Amino acid sequence: MDTFINISSSVFLLTGSFLCISGGVGILRFPDFYTRMHAVGVTETLATAMILIGLMLHNPDFFVDIKLMIILIMSLFISPTASHALASAAMRNDFSQKNNEKPDSEQVKPWNP
Amino acid sequence: MRHTIILSLTLVTFWLLNSGHNTTLMLSLGMISIVFVIYIAHRMDVVDHESQPMHLTLKLPGFYAWLNKEIILANFLVVKHIWLGNKSISPAFTTITASQKTDIGKVIYANSITLTPGTVTVNLQGDQFMVHALLQESIKELKAGEMDRRVAQLEN
Repeated sequence: MDTFINISSSVFLLTGSFLCISGGVGILRFPDFYTRMHAVGVTETLATAMILIGLMLHNPDFFVDIKLMIILIMSLFISPTASHALASAAMRNDFSQKNNEKPDSEQVKPWNP
Repeated sequence: MRHTIILSLTLVTFWLLNSGHNTTLMLSLGMISIVFVIYIAHRMDVVDHESQPMHLTLKLPGFYAWLNKEIILANFLVVKHIWLGNKSISPAFTTITASQKTDIGKVIYANSITLTPGTVTVNLQGDQFMVHALLQESIKELKAGEMDRRVAQLEN
């Protein structure tokens, strides 16, 4: 049983780390502000969740688990708000997105206040 | 009054789960702080159905389960495109129409869109959401309106 918990905890932590690294690579790789924000989305949702679940499995103490749970729930509420604030601020300051090769019929003009 | 009772119960549970101490001194300090917080909340006039959306609580777990599934799928999609590189993405702005009536429903919908990697709500005016998406597929999925329908169901 102990080995099983240890192994699953390691699997969660490793997946979380891989997702974190992917998010970082995405930030460096993507062409403009808005697309980079999507890369951060990976780090702040599934990667955080995986690492916290891995830590929860690692720790038998009930109160520590509850605190990790609260951190997870809070971060799932706070991070979209932060992303929205960032995106909205970028929009207000007329950050343009880099044009992709593919033409897009559904594209709308950026909103101006 | 009902909202005050619910708020104090939530705060007591939160305090007990966070502290883990049950000596008399600690418990009385906790009680004093909770009473103080409720007093401040009343002075700020924020104790109403929006600070404690109890009518949503019963339906939320099902929605969260579905949202979790969506978040995991979207994560794998975005990670795939991160490693595939810039050529594979098709970022675009788009506007979608939300069918929620209450403010809290709109907020839940906008937050769910932002929480799913690959789509971010940039602006909200009336029932028009402005969304930036990493991929055309995500736009199609949003326009199909499954998430919209599920959040609207949550409301009533």
